[in-house]
Amino acid sequence: MSKAPSGLEYSKVAEIKGPLIVVDGVEKAAFDELVEIEDDTGERRLASVLETGFGRAVVQVFEGTSGLSVSGTRAKFLGRTMELPVSDQLLGRVFDGLGRPLDGLPDPVGREFRDVNGFPINPERREYPTDLIQTGVSVIDGMLTLVRGQKLPIFSGAGMPHNKLAAQIARQSTVVGEGEEFAVVFAAIGVQNGEASFFRRTLEESGAIRRSILYLNLADDPAIERIITPRVALTAAEYLAYELGTHVLVIITDMTNYSEALREISAAREEVPGRKGFPGYLYTDLATIYERAGRIKQKKGSITQMPILSMPSDDVTHPIPDLTGYITEGQIFLGRELFRKGIYPPVYVLSSLSRLMGPALGYVIKQGKARADHQMAGNQLYNAYARAQELRALAEIVGKSGLTSSDLKYLKFGDEFEQRYLKQGYDENRTFDETLRIGWDVLSILPESELTNIKEEFIQKYYVKTRSSD
Amino acid sequence: MVSKGKIEWISGPAVKASGMAAGKMYEVVQVGEEKLIGEIIKLTGDIAFVQVYEPTSGLRPGEPVTGTGQPLSVSLGPGMTGTIYDGLQRPLEVIAKKAGSFITRGVTADQIPFDKKWEFVPALKKGDGVEGGTILGDVQETALIDHKILAPPNLPKSTVREAAKGGKYDVQENVVMAEDKSGKKHELKLFHRWPVRIARPNKERLDPELPLMTGQRVLDTFFPMAKGGTGAIPGGFGTGKTVTLHSVAKWADAKVVFHIGCGERGNEMTEVLTEFPELIDPQSGRPLMERTILIANVSNMPVAAREASIYTGVTMAEYYRDMGYDTVLVADSTSRWAEALREISGRLEEMPAEEGYPSYLASRLAEFYERAGRVAAQGTPERFGSVTLVGAVSPAGADFTEPVTSQTIRFVRTFWALDTRLAYSRHYPAINWMTSYSGYIESVSNWWSANVAKDWARTRADAYSILQREDALKEIVRLLGPEALPDEEKLILEVARMIQIGFLQQNAYDDTDAYCSPEKQVKMMKMFVAFHEEALKALKSGTTLARIRSMQVISKMLRSKFAIKNEEMDKMDALVKEMMDEFKTISGVQEVKVVE
Repeated sequence: MSKAPSGLEYSKVAEIKGPLIVVDGVEKAAFDELVEIEDDTGERRLASVLETGFGRAVVQVFEGTSGLSVSGTRAKFLGRTMELPVSDQLLGRVFDGLGRPLDGLPDPVGREFRDVNGFPINPERREYPTDLIQTGVSVIDGMLTLVRGQKLPIFSGAGMPHNKLAAQIARQSTVVGEGEEFAVVFAAIGVQNGEASFFRRTLEESGAIRRSILYLNLADDPAIERIITPRVALTAAEYLAYELGTHVLVIITDMTNYSEALREISAAREEVPGRKGFPGYLYTDLATIYERAGRIKQKKGSITQMPILSMPSDDVTHPIPDLTGYITEGQIFLGRELFRKGIYPPVYVLSSLSRLMGPALGYVIKQGKARADHQMAGNQLYNAYARAQELRALAEIVGKSGLTSSDLKYLKFGDEFEQRYLKQGYDENRTFDETLRIGWDVLSILPESELTNIKEEFIQKYYVKTRSSD
Repeated sequence: MVSKGKIEWISGPAVKASGMAAGKMYEVVQVGEEKLIGEIIKLTGDIAFVQVYEPTSGLRPGEPVTGTGQPLSVSLGPGMTGTIYDGLQRPLEVIAKKAGSFITRGVTADQIPFDKKWEFVPALKKGDGVEGGTILGDVQETALIDHKILAPPNLPKSTVREAAKGGKYDVQENVVMAEDKSGKKHELKLFHRWPVRIARPNKERLDPELPLMTGQRVLDTFFPMAKGGTGAIPGGFGTGKTVTLHSVAKWADAKVVFHIGCGERGNEMTEVLTEFPELIDPQSGRPLMERTILIANVSNMPVAAREASIYTGVTMAEYYRDMGYDTVLVADSTSRWAEALREISGRLEEMPAEEGYPSYLASRLAEFYERAGRVAAQGTPERFGSVTLVGAVSPAGADFTEPVTSQTIRFVRTFWALDTRLAYSRHYPAINWMTSYSGYIESVSNWWSANVAKDWARTRADAYSILQREDALKEIVRLLGPEALPDEEKLILEVARMIQIGFLQQNAYDDTDAYCSPEKQVKMMKMFVAFHEEALKALKSGTTLARIRSMQVISKMLRSKFAIKNEEMDKMDALVKEMMDEFKTISGVQEVKVVE
């Protein structure tokens, strides 16, 4: 940004509406410039420029406008965009949603300052993600394999154990054969105190807190701050990944709160709304967060993103999960029905997907770094479970007597799949091999001829012949 | 005279500049001290409304805005294939060399290599006639592409006064000097520029009657695309739009393939960049990258450049079409392009139509798809080329009634509807065979019967009717269970399921299955149709359905898609014979007539 005239300009406030302030008598405020708002008691809040020109600037105040007055408020334009000091000293620390210390320790010393908005990675410089992450959770490893550099959200609903699952993944994840642990950057956006302290405790108990950074915007913190929190977290993550060569897992919860903050600003600006009142640029805006996951050629580190969002009324067609699904590389979908059945993790595989699993597996199988049946076994489990679900619905209408013997085997498969493959303990860390073994054991309930997704050679090798005749 | 003004107002990608009375609509301007690229999209008095193609963060009122006098244009000449561009035809590799791993602002890059020397073989000599589109000569661009050097489309009828000898030239050197009737001289080079928002002219539009083979069974057999045709592929997230488009880009029998990542994921472009150099084109035996041009304006790159990217792509496709080549352009996704239109329109404070989209959404879509077509190219010698356009559509909430999907349907003739339910049962490609359609079936059936199988149209209809009947029966099954049906109808369910698993499903990641040759498609389809006929006969002669279901050959038939390679058609014949033989054994030899 041109360092031109701003820096110390105090100006007059013309209008305050919602989270926005219109400042008059500003000649040359830059777009996106950081602003310090001072109220009549001398207290300061941060803001940034949304629109500038014709002598006025519209700024959004991150910490809200309550208590501000037209006559007693002054705006100081700081001559720079919002930047975050970054260094390895961030590790082990806890900050608020704007990156200010919450743990009573002094401000971290930055080795450099970085614009929190970041810049898009040049697609030509991206490295295609192929290193499989073993999360120790069967349903993810076997059917939704997570890959280093992927962005894979958890689509959840109110009350479901998304945070528990994310914590388990953060705790257990490794890349097989490397043993290198992930640094965890955790961004809480408008979550309740209890949820944030659950994460903090999990990280402390496993000792992972030393290689973690926490950014907390809690439910009672200012809503507009939520616009910045994920960006601050990702700026820190980018520094760890691309400057320090660390593999970083970024967990962001809850993106629904983020999007609602964005809607609030859009409404205050009187923009033409898109679906459900969300702004038309919600997709692009979400992309500027999610697309910051990835790997870069010739750089050692990576950013794997696991955003969590709660679907309002469990509705996957709601704009937030809908647009998220179009940007992220798949989704882990938590199912209300499985949750009610008491199955943890309640991952409903038929609505879940990991886009990078197929290509990544194809690559590592060729290199002999993963079992060759991994992909096909995963697909077969999907198909069989889909069939089992169809037959369950049918059995409710016509009764089990109306089903063929092959149909009944599918029903049995469906039950065992849920009880043995899906269900596992919060502390249970399964290897890829164990996951595959359980998978084959459950698949072997079905007759061999039903396994049409799997090549003959793997059936010969892994199919458990004694099971289908049970 | 170029305009020189200054910035008055900034909001995201939208900038208002004063002092721009000399500015023209759609003129490219340089915005601010960093000379960001922008385009004038509205003029009121001396205020120009500019959409800026780079992030505007940090831009201030008062900074300069300078016109260039040029509309947004691309450079067309050798050196484009195998390149990955941004939406303004800046090679991303060059940007990376200048700016590093992240795309920063104000980076300039030559659109094509201006200093590289090419071996030029002239086609004209002194005294020859030359006009717009005439071939001046040839440059071997890649092993796959004989790049025809074309006279700019707007060149009037002229006579060659000087023609360069064969040899090495860079794109800026003059290779032909021509004089038109008014005595005006024209210096022609290996490249020319063309504005992206204007379709390149042609001599005549032709009917699209040749099929565009993609090696995807459900597309080629059931919902074929024609060379020069238009298609849309709508689907909610997770339905495999991108994988399907990648498959089309990989295997289409076209000379040049354009893949536009328009507001989609960065990793998807990287996937193409990593995968295509290693994949071998089945027609030419060369790496696919040698015939591919990528345009990446991914979702977190500036929206205005996203709006421009599809025009940049289609203009380049028309250029290769004019050389006499078949080209295919896939745009993923036109919904993101429409959202870019919506965002800019919102900043212009235009009156919105449906869901905030501007009222001109439909006309813009129509204009874009109208640039597809098979044509006789301008100039001499006579040649025919085509541009096939396939746009992905990402309907909000997988709802096909939303504006972008419903408007797109009006302008395309092939509709490949992706189905969330199929995707959830991992039926890929998740193309719904009941709601999809193709307007080219009749026009391409001549090609199939002349080149692959005489009875293609009839076999296709037979196979399709099995799927249609199953669809009707499914409703009854849902209510009453399958046992309520007579055996003949149960057989329909069985065969339809075999066609779905064994034919419609295709694994894009399996070496054998990823591409299915036209011959194999026909043989497979015939096999399933024959199975149905034989099973029906067997039922009539008293064989039980359970016995037919337990036939050994069924699982082999279902696995034939990845067990039998495209060049092993004798194995397909052997499999059909094995099927016939097994029918003989289960129903008693005397009752079955051997069908050839």
